[in-house]
Amino acid sequence: MSLRVDDLTVYYRSLRGDVKAVDGATFAIRDGEIMGLAGESGCGKSSLGKSLIRMDARMKHMRGRVELDGEELPIADDAKMNAFRFRKVSIVPQYSMSALTPTRKVGTVARELLESRGEGFGEVQPELVRRLELVGLSADVLDRYPIELSGGMKQRTVMVLSTLLDPSLLIADEITSALDVSSQRAVGELLVEFRDRGFVKSMIVITHDLAILYQIADTILVMYAGKLAEKAPAETIVGAPRHPYTQLLISSLPEVGVRFEETRLAGIPGKPPSLLSPPTGCRFRDRCPLAFAKCEEEPPFVEVEPGHEVACWKAAA
Amino acid sequence: MLEGGRLMLSLDGVSKVYKVGTFGGKRLRAVHGVSFDVAPGEVVSLIGESGSGKSTIGRMVLGLSRVTEGTITFDGQDVSRLEKRRLRAYYGDVQGVFQDPFSSYNPIFKADRVLTLVKGFFPGVGRREWDDKVEAALHAVRLDPGACLGKYPHQLSGGQLQRLLVARALLLDIKLLVADEIISMLDASTRIDVLNLLGDLKARGLGVLFITHDLSLGNYISDRTVILRRGEIVEAGATTKVFGNPLHPYTRMLVSSVPQLHTKWDSAAPKAAVAALPESDAAARLVEVEPDHLVAAAGIEERA
Amino acid sequence: MPLTEPTQSGVALPAEAVADAARSGAQMAPAPGVPAAPRLHSELFYFAFRNWKFVLGSVVVLACVAIAIVGPWLTDHPPLAFDGPTDQPPSSEYWFGTTSYGQDVYSQFVHGLRAALLVGGLGGGIAWVLGVGVGFTAGYRGGWIDDVLNMLTNVVLVIPTLAILIIVAAYLQVQSYTTEAVIIGLTSWPWAARAVRSQTFSLKTREFVEVARLSGRSTRQVIATELAPNMSSYLLMTFILLFGGAILIGASLDFLGLGPSESISLGLMMNNAFLASALLLGSWWWFLPPGLGIVAIVGGLYVMNVGLDEVFNPKLREL
Repeated sequence: MSLRVDDLTVYYRSLRGDVKAVDGATFAIRDGEIMGLAGESGCGKSSLGKSLIRMDARMKHMRGRVELDGEELPIADDAKMNAFRFRKVSIVPQYSMSALTPTRKVGTVARELLESRGEGFGEVQPELVRRLELVGLSADVLDRYPIELSGGMKQRTVMVLSTLLDPSLLIADEITSALDVSSQRAVGELLVEFRDRGFVKSMIVITHDLAILYQIADTILVMYAGKLAEKAPAETIVGAPRHPYTQLLISSLPEVGVRFEETRLAGIPGKPPSLLSPPTGCRFRDRCPLAFAKCEEEPPFVEVEPGHEVACWKAAA
Repeated sequence: MLEGGRLMLSLDGVSKVYKVGTFGGKRLRAVHGVSFDVAPGEVVSLIGESGSGKSTIGRMVLGLSRVTEGTITFDGQDVSRLEKRRLRAYYGDVQGVFQDPFSSYNPIFKADRVLTLVKGFFPGVGRREWDDKVEAALHAVRLDPGACLGKYPHQLSGGQLQRLLVARALLLDIKLLVADEIISMLDASTRIDVLNLLGDLKARGLGVLFITHDLSLGNYISDRTVILRRGEIVEAGATTKVFGNPLHPYTRMLVSSVPQLHTKWDSAAPKAAVAALPESDAAARLVEVEPDHLVAAAGIEERA
Repeated sequence: MPLTEPTQSGVALPAEAVADAARSGAQMAPAPGVPAAPRLHSELFYFAFRNWKFVLGSVVVLACVAIAIVGPWLTDHPPLAFDGPTDQPPSSEYWFGTTSYGQDVYSQFVHGLRAALLVGGLGGGIAWVLGVGVGFTAGYRGGWIDDVLNMLTNVVLVIPTLAILIIVAAYLQVQSYTTEAVIIGLTSWPWAARAVRSQTFSLKTREFVEVARLSGRSTRQVIATELAPNMSSYLLMTFILLFGGAILIGASLDFLGLGPSESISLGLMMNNAFLASALLLGSWWWFLPPGLGIVAIVGGLYVMNVGLDEVFNPKLREL
């Protein structure tokens, strides 16, 4: 059982035309795999994540097929997706701290969530309490209002609520970006623990922070300007990336121990292209030091070695 | 602490206390007894998580927030409680750049208005001379004048906007730049360029107070580091010593929690040691464990 | 700066993402070498004149203003003179007919319109100055100044304005529309102060205010050159609403017979018509024009405002 995504293409409607947020994404995730989805802002990673659960009304599903556990997800249809949301596919959104309604007790929010999916709150409650205690919260969190909890507590509560029905796929959208370093580690380790305990089968962790993905993800998928650039095991992405964008990105990240006087790191000059009318061919070619004539033709996302896919003519050669 | 030359910026026992609650009944101490120095041409990092008071210290140095206790000295003069004209003169030497580039610009005006805002500091300068100065400043931050003059903020990228703010500071020929999380909202590929820019400016003699929560950035760019926790200094000194040999439990916890690109997290962050740190009302006492490496006494006693 | 909770670092996403979302698909920087067009103002005018509500409202208001200016020149019957035949329906001599006392309704109407605009302009203007001044000061300075001004605002807000106006008008023997306008202005500013205050609060935390302070700007300069221009649409709409509101309050006062009795206004016309049982007598030409006049000018102002709101706030525009 797993996730298979085939040629997923999602555009955003806007006054000036369609923003081609995700273009032809094809990849697969095994059971029990944590895949990190990385890239800079505007690359389409959040759009890809949200399109799998269809949470944004502005999205237009253009084409493509998504199959979870052998069953096709009706991601083009908002109403039909309702049966899948929270049960088979769940999401921990950005700014989880604000995801809890401030005027309701946490327990009430949980109850409403479950009952909206046709689950009896009473049956699920013991499990809910057990999981809350597992993440270090006590059962009386359910009797509190969100404002009485700290940021880290709210984050953990939302994570427990989102995974309560043991979804097959969990999408974690930038959940560590607004946290302190110590909380980031705690939340990252919690994600892995959820997977290890079987609360979720597979996970997509969306973030721009490659370092944290290295710590918790099994594989990493790098996106650039709406297209997939590279997918490989975390070790490979960090240690031996093949796509020029990934290589430049990795080498631009300072680590504890690297100092300006000794090693001067370099960034990537230029900006990503506009997604309203993206250029033909490889979208990275304007900024790529290895670009050559063939890059005017779009490189396919192919496997260069087992488990390692790249969209680059040079890398695939 | 400093071999030759004068200290440029010096904080001595600085505290910031907020009045909170209805009619200001309760007291909240954001910064407690902080003392450190910045020498000319030196980059000092203030590292801390949220609630550490690092931004508050930055604002106090910039005169945007009142100092409740203690003194801040710049070039030998007390700048803790400046007003109006003296404050304005101070801004010719010290400037700040903040976290959100898009919030730092008034969206209804063109971006280069931030440059004209400081024209008042140059009363006698004519139009041609001003344009030359602007061009020189833009080149110093590696911005193409044609690409950013006359544009609105939403037409420029975050990196360009931050650099434009640095250019503004350079126009004034400042001695100290307070950089408060200036790259945390930029993309990874542009962050390093702005950081390298700071490094180059440091080589030209600019002092920088680099406020960040990201240890890797602090380690990359700064000469000296100050680690803050809940408004107090827990460890301070030369960057190589603080990161090479972290002694305070909090520093060790921070260092071990930072996700690295080639090493997995160590088994356990020393959280217990941090939680066991005593709370006290008295300001932290710093102990010099080796030359240019200070640690808060409470942290050491705990280990001993 | 507001203190955040211990485990939230308050570090947001890369600014590009936020800006992109705000722009909803707007283009990135144009190609180098292409001069940037100042999009903001021309865009506003473009949308303004394509917004039917704004255009309709403005046309109606401008028509009323034109009538108020030009109308009195077109007649030589003074509004209060009792020289005509009584209870005459509209005719070529008396375009809007006459009242039960033989007064020219048309003449009364156009003079009354002038009075309405005077009360609206002066009363609304005074309320605007007070409301905006209090709002900016309370919002920007904060602290105890805000507390005091807030209390003042709340007190004036909670007082039943019309009741106070009635009492004051009855005792002060309001003799001119100017006085009436001043009284209205002094009592209708609180909601504007509140609105401006909350807008100022949210703008004050934006970092461009700090950048202005770091450039040596004083409080007054920051408010005038940074905050006010940013809120210009808001301030304009507030004025329009105060203008319309003042006309309505003035008309209500006049209708109750508490306004000046030596001149004429639309509300007073309606009062007279009511007292003389014009409805029973079927003299529709007496009360219909002033009623429609009030509806037209106040309605026109409000519709204009709704249109302006759509112009200034792109999210409300019909896609």
